[in-house]
Amino acid sequence: MDAVILQVLNGLDKGGAYALIALGLTLVFGTLGVVNFAHGALFMIGAFCAVTFRKILTLEKVVLSETELSPWGTPLEIRTPFAQQWFGDFGNVLLDYSVPLSILLAIPVMLLIGIVMERGLIKHFYKRPHAEQILVTFGLAIVLQEIVKAFFGANPNPQPIPQVFMGAADLGVMVGMAEHVITYPKWRLVYLFFSLGVIGAVFAFLRFTTFGMVVRAGMSDRETVSMLGINIDRRFTIMFGIAAVVAGVAGVMYTPILPPDYTLGMDFLVLTFIVVVVGGMGSLPGAVLAGFTLGVVQSLASMTEVKDIIPGIDQVIIYLVAVIILLVRPRGLLGKRGVMEN
Amino acid sequence: MFSIPKKDAITFLLFALVVLTMPIWLSPFGASYPGLLQKFAIYALLAVGYNILFGLTGYLSFGHAAFLGVGSYAAVWSFKLLSMNPILALACAMIFSGIFALAIGYVSLRRSGIYFSILTLAFAQMSYKLAYSVLSPITHGENGLQLTLQDPRTIDLMFMERGVSLPTSSLFGIPMNGYEGFYFCAVILLIGFFIAQKIASSPFGMMLKGIKSNEDRMNYTGFNTKPYMLTAFVISGMYAGIAGGLLAVTDPLAGAERMQWTASGELVLMTILGGVGTLVGPVIGAWIIKYFENIFSAWNESILHNFFAFLPDNIEGFVVLISSKFVGEGWHLTLGSMFVLVVVFLPGGIMEGVRRISSWFLRRKDPTKDQEVVDPENMPKPSSEKGE
Repeated sequence: MDAVILQVLNGLDKGGAYALIALGLTLVFGTLGVVNFAHGALFMIGAFCAVTFRKILTLEKVVLSETELSPWGTPLEIRTPFAQQWFGDFGNVLLDYSVPLSILLAIPVMLLIGIVMERGLIKHFYKRPHAEQILVTFGLAIVLQEIVKAFFGANPNPQPIPQVFMGAADLGVMVGMAEHVITYPKWRLVYLFFSLGVIGAVFAFLRFTTFGMVVRAGMSDRETVSMLGINIDRRFTIMFGIAAVVAGVAGVMYTPILPPDYTLGMDFLVLTFIVVVVGGMGSLPGAVLAGFTLGVVQSLASMTEVKDIIPGIDQVIIYLVAVIILLVRPRGLLGKRGVMEN
Repeated sequence: MFSIPKKDAITFLLFALVVLTMPIWLSPFGASYPGLLQKFAIYALLAVGYNILFGLTGYLSFGHAAFLGVGSYAAVWSFKLLSMNPILALACAMIFSGIFALAIGYVSLRRSGIYFSILTLAFAQMSYKLAYSVLSPITHGENGLQLTLQDPRTIDLMFMERGVSLPTSSLFGIPMNGYEGFYFCAVILLIGFFIAQKIASSPFGMMLKGIKSNEDRMNYTGFNTKPYMLTAFVISGMYAGIAGGLLAVTDPLAGAERMQWTASGELVLMTILGGVGTLVGPVIGAWIIKYFENIFSAWNESILHNFFAFLPDNIEGFVVLISSKFVGEGWHLTLGSMFVLVVVFLPGGIMEGVRRISSWFLRRKDPTKDQEVVDPENMPKPSSEKGE
């Protein structure tokens, strides 16, 4: 039983990442009707915002020491990060919290990238068939990941967890169980709550603001909304930017869990696509539900007890679920009747 | 059975000429070594087969790499268990990939459009993951499936003694690893190309094109489109299987990475780059991509320095710096940007580009033709098959 709870928890934080990416993907599909294969690349770029932010913070001033010698007999180089030099201890705190702070960098950067991408390329593909949208965004994903590779190299860039969130939290104790039964890495908890927060923010934005109301109206009937004199295209462009931001911040916070390299986007892309399809194309709650469900299902399937019964199930369970859903209920778990049912 | 329209015959003969003389005309490009030539032929066959599905019916499969992998494994197992004869290996590859394609196609074709793509993608990823983990006894997981000295090879050992070194694949004594290997692949490619030509001009091919332009209407007219689609899917899967088998024939080693979905993506790139729905287009696409992968990726800064030596020094440094990002390690960047440009500006691929340019020239040179073709807008556009 404890093992099951632990696996559910493990699945939830992975599910959080799936849900965040899938949310953006389905938002883009619901508003613009575009199948965006470059969305995984946006997640990856977000992760590299964190890498860049840390690189900026750790820029160092090199001073040759006049008295000390290094073991090789040359003058010792004393390296002090500028952040530390300028802000003292506060600089160290900045460095420690570099990952969460990179969100501040990621939001404007991702918004800009998203809007440029939409205006520059995707705008021209609204009316083209889905196959061509897949192709052009797939090409774009390759370009983006190669650009990142050219700047950051091919190796993973591990990012540190802030000191406070290091180690594991003993969750079992909180609910009155014995110690060390259910321990869980603190950062993964942070990620879980963070993803829930972002999902909540997106839903609240769509639900309670006028802008969100117009966007929702546009999703259900684009023509009528534009006939009412609203520039729906511009709002959809901004929604694309927001989707990019959601994917980007998901990537930023995921860096301590999985050191990002340039292929990160492609790895996540296939999975999140399946999440979107399982949840129902264009259905936002569906994407969230499917994201968490598939995350949990995946980690339950990787328990040894399950693997003993059906060997290899942990490798294929997500795809298997997708195949079954597509065959039995093609509109997905929460998809609207009549939307892409064939 | 072998009678084909005159136009197709000319295309076929020209194609055969181009393929068979590849070792000669590719040598100025530095690509005339057997290993690469074999790849040219094999991936061209793969692309021709993929075009039967994607080009004729418009169903975008993201899972063809699985068939390539199955073909490779089947061929290597046939080497291990039966004989080093490549024909037998290809037969095995074809049968197994055909059965595999039948199973996957039967399920995937229940959906169309993007759902079909996702289903094929899911199946291919499943095969890839399973090949790495549970199916290791068959696939030998990360090490890849290789020949060993202890292989049973029942048929071969009836006729000859077990050698002291690893055997190589040979067709009645002709080894399959040098130029002979290339010519073997080339002959298979030509046979495959001929069959594809026949299919495209047959009633069956017309049916597939009908499905592409409007599947609903085909259904309403009383055709059950599913069996036709399934046949096309299986044929296309068999082409991929044979291509996989040929990869194993020229180099008896099969690994699971051949089945990864990015390999399917590369196949889609080839087809689109060359021109979907045309016979020659996908072949050209495959050649370009393989050329880039093997030759272009070996370029480095010193080659670029020589290339741009005519520029003034400071400009040259800058140009080399920028362009070096596009060659060598970064050749994928060139590929990706080229691909985006093609999809945006030239949806019919390189073949459409060629046709546009040639029609432009023909109009310019011959003013009498202008009167026949009244309006360029009304000309039968090469992309008219693409529909949708």
